[in-house]
Amino acid sequence: MLSDNALKRIDRELTKYPADQKQSAVMAALAIAQDEKGYLAQETIAAVADYLGMAPMAAYEIASFYNMYDLAPVGRFKLTVCTNLPCALSGGVHAADHLKQTLGIDFNETTPDGLFTLKEGECLGACGDAPVLLMNNKRMCSHMSTEAIDQLLAELRAEALAKPAGPKS
Amino acid sequence: MSAQTILTAGIEPATADATWHLDDYVGRGGYAALKKVLAEKMTPEAVINEVKKSSLRGRGGAGFPSGLKWSFMPKAYAGTKYLCCNSDEGEPGTFKDRDLLRYNPHQVIEGMAIAAYAMGTAVGYNYIHGEVWDLYARFERALDEARAAGLIGQNILGSGFNFELYAHHGYGAYICGEETALLESIEGKKGQPRYKPPFPASYGLYGKPTTINNTETFAAVPWIIMNGGEKYLELGKPNNGGTKLFSVSGHVVRPGVYEVPMGLPFPELLKMCGGMRGGRKLKACIPGGSSAPVLPAEIMMECTMDYDAIAKAGSMLGSGAVIVMDESVCMVRALERLSYFYFEESCGQCTPCREGTGWLYRVVHRIEHGLGRAEDLDLLNGVTDNIMGRTICALGDAASLPVRSFIKHFRSEFEYHIDNKKCLVPPEVQREGSKIHVRPSQC
Repeated sequence: MLSDNALKRIDRELTKYPADQKQSAVMAALAIAQDEKGYLAQETIAAVADYLGMAPMAAYEIASFYNMYDLAPVGRFKLTVCTNLPCALSGGVHAADHLKQTLGIDFNETTPDGLFTLKEGECLGACGDAPVLLMNNKRMCSHMSTEAIDQLLAELRAEALAKPAGPKS
Repeated sequence: MSAQTILTAGIEPATADATWHLDDYVGRGGYAALKKVLAEKMTPEAVINEVKKSSLRGRGGAGFPSGLKWSFMPKAYAGTKYLCCNSDEGEPGTFKDRDLLRYNPHQVIEGMAIAAYAMGTAVGYNYIHGEVWDLYARFERALDEARAAGLIGQNILGSGFNFELYAHHGYGAYICGEETALLESIEGKKGQPRYKPPFPASYGLYGKPTTINNTETFAAVPWIIMNGGEKYLELGKPNNGGTKLFSVSGHVVRPGVYEVPMGLPFPELLKMCGGMRGGRKLKACIPGGSSAPVLPAEIMMECTMDYDAIAKAGSMLGSGAVIVMDESVCMVRALERLSYFYFEESCGQCTPCREGTGWLYRVVHRIEHGLGRAEDLDLLNGVTDNIMGRTICALGDAASLPVRSFIKHFRSEFEYHIDNKKCLVPPEVQREGSKIHVRPSQC
């Protein structure tokens, strides 16, 4: 179900916690699984739970509580734009509008080519760099002017052309 | 900047992103405090005493005296005690710990090691906001460096003192910044706050005695040990010791993180940020993160930036997140966005908060969209009465305080909305005022 590489990474997380507290690694393990599979299907969550010796429902509780986990498929590049007040004061809403217009989608939608999903984010903790967006939960993009957004989209499209489909790295 | 800095001292903005490594930190005098504590065999009591003298108060928002908090940990406990660092920075407006973790992660590690020594905690976790993933990865690398140099781990610097430290990441839940929700989250559960008492010092992580401090709090500890608590206190003002990081966002020319002595007059902080954007007038300011009551310009301009002065003005210094709003802001719309945040982030455990935050958002939303009713302002205040003080944690209060303060100070704007079905501030003015801001390339 999960690759050896993913299991190895989960094993490393497990070394952080007492031997009888394997459940502590569930957040990291689900993030690792999501990186590999693209999103958390029921059977992926169950596999993580099984590996950590916890009930599938307990792992599902985590996956559904924390909002960076995706319980349904998303595009290859998930862009989460912060529109909260501090960001909005420096153009967060304008940046989101520009993305919607350029991609032709609204929040929580995916482009027909499966490349981009747009999400409205709550505070990313980087308000000083507004507008900010987060790419696939991992890469923080700061000072996203319309030019910077266009550049990012071009870069990601080029990446998709060079390395078509396949699971997320 | 003329005033003394201690958290960001020696860090040059141009190269800051490359000078976070162990060697760089040691070059800035880093780990000298930990070495001093171990070489001089300072007693744990002496370390705690120094922190008490410094008047260091918790930098996460509550402002609780740190030395006092440390003294609550049971000394004679036989099992494992834990130390946690709260780097789950997700309160709108707050981004100060991000800079500490980005530019000076070893300062946090050193502060935690000294705290661990003082409280006899053998294991620690730094809980890092999931959205700043690059900093989580960087912190793990910094831990590797410290471990390889014998600065954390077993028998630190040959002293016999053991302290294992790990990084744990969040994954998108504001509530985990609440300390007991953070503990639940490390245990691999939903981040739902616990009843207090029992307090974490007696029943914390895995049911063991635990102390949780904010990132910036730990980062201040090495300086206090090297220079003495009294020196630290002198940097600020009585009962408000030291310097403080302020993360300034919104309508200033240069949003960013600024380290200033406690008690700096607000107009001076504003000046450091390059003043108001486009020469527009200050309308309002939230001085301590989105949960803190908003203050109108005329009150804010009279404030000094410290716990006691901001409290006296009717708000909270909180995490030091200063959200600056100019005259182009519609206060109803601003509140609507904040209310949505709390509605979205309520963990759902307590009914007043779960249901109440939804009521607050929906009613502010309808006022903003021209569907408000004359009785809505009383309704909003009534809902906050039913939330505040009736929930396990402070998120309910955090959702209520903005509503009450926005209505209190800007009531006429809300009434205008209700009576005229539109904003007092024309939409094009709002849009122009909050367009994408390109910051001058200074910081």
